[in-house]
Amino acid sequence: MSDGGLFHALLFDYTLRTVALGAGALGAVAGALGCFAVLRRQSLLGDAISHAALPGIGLAFLLTGSRATPVLVLGAALAGWIGTLFVLGIVKHSRIPEDSALGIILSVFFGIGLVILTFVQRRPTAAQAGLETFLFGQAATLMVRDVLLIVGVGAVALLLLALFWKEFKLLTFDREFGVALGFPMVRIDVLLTTLLVVGIVLGLQTVGVVLMSALVVAPAAAARQWTDSLSVMVILAGVLGGIAGVTGALVSATGGGVPTGPTIVLVASAVVVVSLLVAPGRGLVSELVRRFRVRRRVRADVVLSDLYALAAQHGESGEHAHPVAVLRAMHRGQAGTRRSLGVLAERGWAREVEPDRWAITPEGVERARTLFLPGAGEDGAGAQVEDRGVVAPGGEP
Amino acid sequence: MSALDVEIQLLAVVVAVACALPGVFLVLRRLALMSDAISHSILLGIVLAFFWVQDLAHPLLVLAATATGVITVALVEALHRTRRVKEDAAIALVFPALFSVAVLLIARYAGSVHLDVDAVLLGEIAFSPFRRLEVAGMDLGPRSLWLMSAILVLNVAALAVFWKELKVSTFDAGLAAAMGFSPALIHYGFMGLVSVTAVGAFDAVGSILVVALMIAPPAAAWLLTDRLPVMVVLSGALAAFSAVAGFWAARAIDASIAGSMAAMAGVVFLAAILFAPHRGVVAGIRRRARQRLDFARTMLMVHLLNHEGGARARVENQMGHLQEHLQWSPDFARRVVRRAERQGLLERQSGGRLRLTPLGREEARHRMVR
Repeated sequence: MSDGGLFHALLFDYTLRTVALGAGALGAVAGALGCFAVLRRQSLLGDAISHAALPGIGLAFLLTGSRATPVLVLGAALAGWIGTLFVLGIVKHSRIPEDSALGIILSVFFGIGLVILTFVQRRPTAAQAGLETFLFGQAATLMVRDVLLIVGVGAVALLLLALFWKEFKLLTFDREFGVALGFPMVRIDVLLTTLLVVGIVLGLQTVGVVLMSALVVAPAAAARQWTDSLSVMVILAGVLGGIAGVTGALVSATGGGVPTGPTIVLVASAVVVVSLLVAPGRGLVSELVRRFRVRRRVRADVVLSDLYALAAQHGESGEHAHPVAVLRAMHRGQAGTRRSLGVLAERGWAREVEPDRWAITPEGVERARTLFLPGAGEDGAGAQVEDRGVVAPGGEP
Repeated sequence: MSALDVEIQLLAVVVAVACALPGVFLVLRRLALMSDAISHSILLGIVLAFFWVQDLAHPLLVLAATATGVITVALVEALHRTRRVKEDAAIALVFPALFSVAVLLIARYAGSVHLDVDAVLLGEIAFSPFRRLEVAGMDLGPRSLWLMSAILVLNVAALAVFWKELKVSTFDAGLAAAMGFSPALIHYGFMGLVSVTAVGAFDAVGSILVVALMIAPPAAAWLLTDRLPVMVVLSGALAAFSAVAGFWAARAIDASIAGSMAAMAGVVFLAAILFAPHRGVVAGIRRRARQRLDFARTMLMVHLLNHEGGARARVENQMGHLQEHLQWSPDFARRVVRRAERQGLLERQSGGRLRLTPLGREEARHRMVR
């Protein structure tokens, strides 16, 4: 299907619109809540919660015989919450470290879930069909009431997030300070974790238990690259999560039974990769550019100081030219002498008097002096550097 | 018990033990979740190699999958080293992406072949015995049993040969580096071992349950002992027990064998965390209760000694007075007194009066000096 066709379908196809709305709302909620998980280094708690939810889905179906989404989501939430409590309990009451506790809960609960699912599937009543879509998610199974559930519960979760913003922020960045201020930090922690559980179980039908944690982590990790402000990060993560959800769900729903979870996760992963590469300031590309410029500047400075030293040795006023070969010999192993000379010429610090013979200019002498006397000429040098955009204001990379 | 049952159980035990051995070091080196990442992303290696050779039994699949596992570890560390994301987030970003690619490839292009999404998660230990290894027309048993046994032997051999290196680098990385063991070589060599084990076990128990078999038995064993060799042997034993018990539990309710093995590993871990002799939760509760009684007894002794022979001794050294003076409940006071009496530290006299025995007096003085 072409982009135009997809866009047309999104506007006029009722089912597709429902699916896109559900997945988008889901991505927004998961992305916003995920920020706190990522910042608190609990990225893998989400993985444990989503896997731990599987037995809850199976048991809820076994006990009620109902496949209604709210029932299954409630079961999933309870199981995910119990799994979280187990993780915390194991870490608190034994010497088992957190990563092992997460691994055990994740895999053992999932194993129990599979036992229940296979048990359910082998029962004679065939009402269980479709439970396995909870493994990898199938956005196409979203009904209007499912979307309403996602939007409704998600809105409540985001509202709570806004109401307890200050408390959650405190919990994330300085828990001890919160305790000292008299906030009930344990209860706040429980509330935030509960919201995370809610955000995760909402996505199980669409994304599946196996990959839901990625939708929690990826938008937050991507948003983190663009900003240092928590509120901006949460909003941005919500937007990115929403985009990943809509795109992934549409590709899956129109792509002939391709599972939705992996599609959404791949879109979200692509967003992360792009953010890591091109985000201004923190991005890897801008870091590479910065490093390249710094290296070029340092090398040019080395050649300039060599020219200065030669000029000083010869005791001349600056018009005496020196062959490139001499300069090259003065710092063996450092390639690019000629390129550095080019940089110096560009700035008017050196000039090519005759082919392959270079001399330092009066401006170059001044610049070289600031290099050797950092106290005296630092401001001037800093300003020059800043003017050319080599180093961010304040000299901080 | 049919021959098929025996073969399945044998395979289950071999898989479980082979997973538990490297699992010991995963737990001790805080790398438990790296096994989760590896066990997911090896699927991509399997799928890509399968598209290449079009044969699920080809040895290249094992090789490619193992390489993918090691590459995953390298990717996680590279991402972490950019300092743009924390390590936990790096893990949570890398493996879902690789796993998603694999699942989509299967769903899109391999739907008709034997690789299917359910098998990825469940494994198919119950069907493994149907794929036989035949050499010159002779049936040598299930193919995966041979593969897994070879991996088990490899793990045992690797642990035996590199025991010293693994041990030192696990417990004292600085010392290991000072002794000249390359940390990177040990780390990646070990992760290679984990990968190849996960690949072998993948066939039988799927991506996620591998983690249960690798982490739960060693974690349980760690609660039971402080000695590394004992921990290794105990992990193997607990894993084997989980495998067999899991098989029979699954048989009883007609459910997934692999899932049941993982659940059983969880039950074993739960039992260990509750009832481990010294480190268990129950042992902790009992220890604290005993310490409380011991402390109360000492207080009682000192109290009695303090008032012994004094003007108010008749009042103070009364059974009923303890509740008022030490703020004990009647029940707790009775328990403390009975305990001290049993230990021959005091005697009850008529009218509820308490008197220290010579032994009790000495004990009280001793406590007060300390």
